[in-house]
Amino acid sequence: MEAFTTHTGKAVPLRRSNVDTDQIIPAVWLKQVSRTGFEKGLFAAWREDPSFVLNDPAYAGASILVSGPDFGTGSSREHAVWALQQYGFRVVIAARFGDIFRNNSTKMGLLPVVLPGDRVEELQAAVEADPELQVTVDLVERQVRWAGETVSFEIDDYTRWRLMEGLDDIGLTLRHADAITTYENGRQPWLPTTV
Amino acid sequence: MGRTLAEKVWEQHVVRRADGEPDLLYIDLHLIHEVTSPQAFDGLRLAGRKVRRPELTIATEDHNVPTVLGPIADPVSKTQVETLRKNCAEFGIRLHPMGDAGQGVVHIIGPQFGLTQPGMTIVCGDSHTSTHGAFGGIAFGIGTSEVEHVLATQTLPAYRPKTMAIEVSGELPTGVTAKDLILAIIAKIGTGGGQGHIIEYRGEAVRKLSMEGRMTVCNMSIEAGARAGMIAPDETTFAYLKGRPHAPSGEAWDQAVAYWKTLKTDDDAVFDKVVEIDASTLTPFVTWGTNPGQGLPLGERVPDPESFTDPVERSAAERALEYMALTPGTPLRDIEVDTVFVGSCTNGRIEDLRSAAEILRGRKVATRMLVVPGSMMVKKQAEEEGLHEVFKAAGAEWREAGCSMCLGMNPDTLKPGERSASTSNRNFEGRQGKGGRTHLVSPQVAAATAVTGRLTAPADL
Repeated sequence: MEAFTTHTGKAVPLRRSNVDTDQIIPAVWLKQVSRTGFEKGLFAAWREDPSFVLNDPAYAGASILVSGPDFGTGSSREHAVWALQQYGFRVVIAARFGDIFRNNSTKMGLLPVVLPGDRVEELQAAVEADPELQVTVDLVERQVRWAGETVSFEIDDYTRWRLMEGLDDIGLTLRHADAITTYENGRQPWLPTTV
Repeated sequence: MGRTLAEKVWEQHVVRRADGEPDLLYIDLHLIHEVTSPQAFDGLRLAGRKVRRPELTIATEDHNVPTVLGPIADPVSKTQVETLRKNCAEFGIRLHPMGDAGQGVVHIIGPQFGLTQPGMTIVCGDSHTSTHGAFGGIAFGIGTSEVEHVLATQTLPAYRPKTMAIEVSGELPTGVTAKDLILAIIAKIGTGGGQGHIIEYRGEAVRKLSMEGRMTVCNMSIEAGARAGMIAPDETTFAYLKGRPHAPSGEAWDQAVAYWKTLKTDDDAVFDKVVEIDASTLTPFVTWGTNPGQGLPLGERVPDPESFTDPVERSAAERALEYMALTPGTPLRDIEVDTVFVGSCTNGRIEDLRSAAEILRGRKVATRMLVVPGSMMVKKQAEEEGLHEVFKAAGAEWREAGCSMCLGMNPDTLKPGERSASTSNRNFEGRQGKGGRTHLVSPQVAAATAVTGRLTAPADL
């Protein structure tokens, strides 16, 4: 995955809560067997509404999505992460995330940033007042900065390190192949196999 | 200090633990289906990797499949299913394809084969994997990157979630089901209430649930935001498992049961969070909005957004009512539906079909009604019991196994503006088809609703 250290760009405010992954990428888009082309399906139903925020030219080119709470709930579809990234987003900021979505994001290098709800709203308001506002998301310092404001966020050291290095989990796990084999040799004898 | 059930199962599966890193967790069973696996297999090929333990992996075709006999008409769906077949053949994974006697919704077939057992870790690229926790294991949904990781290593790096107890005291009144219970729980704690937690459902009402009912409850843990849901195994669990094709037998059965009996939360264990709910106060529950937390007892009215003090909830309610085309103050019982769907990994098991059939016996449906068994084995059993004749005589459609109208990925969908009463798990905007409106209900309420054409409890008939 692409490494993430710090990113500065325009942001777009999504003033909705419970943005489930069915909204981020509707099921009809999940039939593809490739990993590309999902940007066209991003918020496909909502984008049909001309007043939807992503259709506002003022926010064209934004790379930071600032959403209401409980972003990415529901289905485990990683396609939601692919769609956001392929559309051009590098960061999603919200007060709460669905667990699976947040996990999927960190596997792909899309940074989910949890900020307190009132700070999310402040940022949304700032972006609405000035869509050209430059917002910096600094993973090294664990900070979001805009127009003189600095807000810290939490992320565990290991996930931060993986994101900053752009490391592939499978490669990391395979360093411990011996431990896996040892564990396997001690598994309970009655556990089922599918054959 | 004692340990919770979740902690016991987790500890049993830690392959490697190091300071400042997530645990490396061994995965006992990996379920796959056509939607979330193709890019994972591509990743393996690209890196020249094999599937580490194909015999701990099982595949089925469910999300895309039509529920009427015949080939898949949609070429894109067809390609996805064919891709799964090719991948399973190439990597040596057992697949239950369309038409196979073992085919069905991924979360129905694991338990029916006896592959889902107490104390196991189970994952699948599907959020409703939480279903399998009903047997007392840790089961959770993962994304495609993690599917690839499990295929390659049979492990996952993960931090142990926090623990949450939902204590359900009392007894569910007659006519109130596991589905009503879980809908009431989600309405109480919210769609984010379980985030970062594994929920253990406990208490008298939970102990009295059948395995089917327990699966319905655990299935929708994800709708409360939880990573997983689980229920300690007991005699009900053992009785369900005994004699199933992949369950242990003979001496191994005795060994297994002796271990399974240790899988319960110690009396002095402490949960990170505890929620209490009194089952005896519950009545049939339905959703009115566009997330599963927006639900109320059927006897209530469509809420007024102004009644929500939290501004986020208020604006969510406004949006939901607009999408659902509902007016505040309307009795929920007055809401008319076009379509009734009985099926899905939430309510597509034999007990669900029996309870819906019981209500339809000798009655006619007033709406379109799809009855979709969760698997071919459920279908066969239902037909042996004559349930299909009851459904057909009532005017309902009796279908082949699949995910069907749960998710708008196959030919079974709502048209824009259509409204359903559905036994599935999500009432998201467009979930059952673009512009479709969904009310989540139990199989009993679904059947009664089909009879009257309005949201109806069986007791109202």
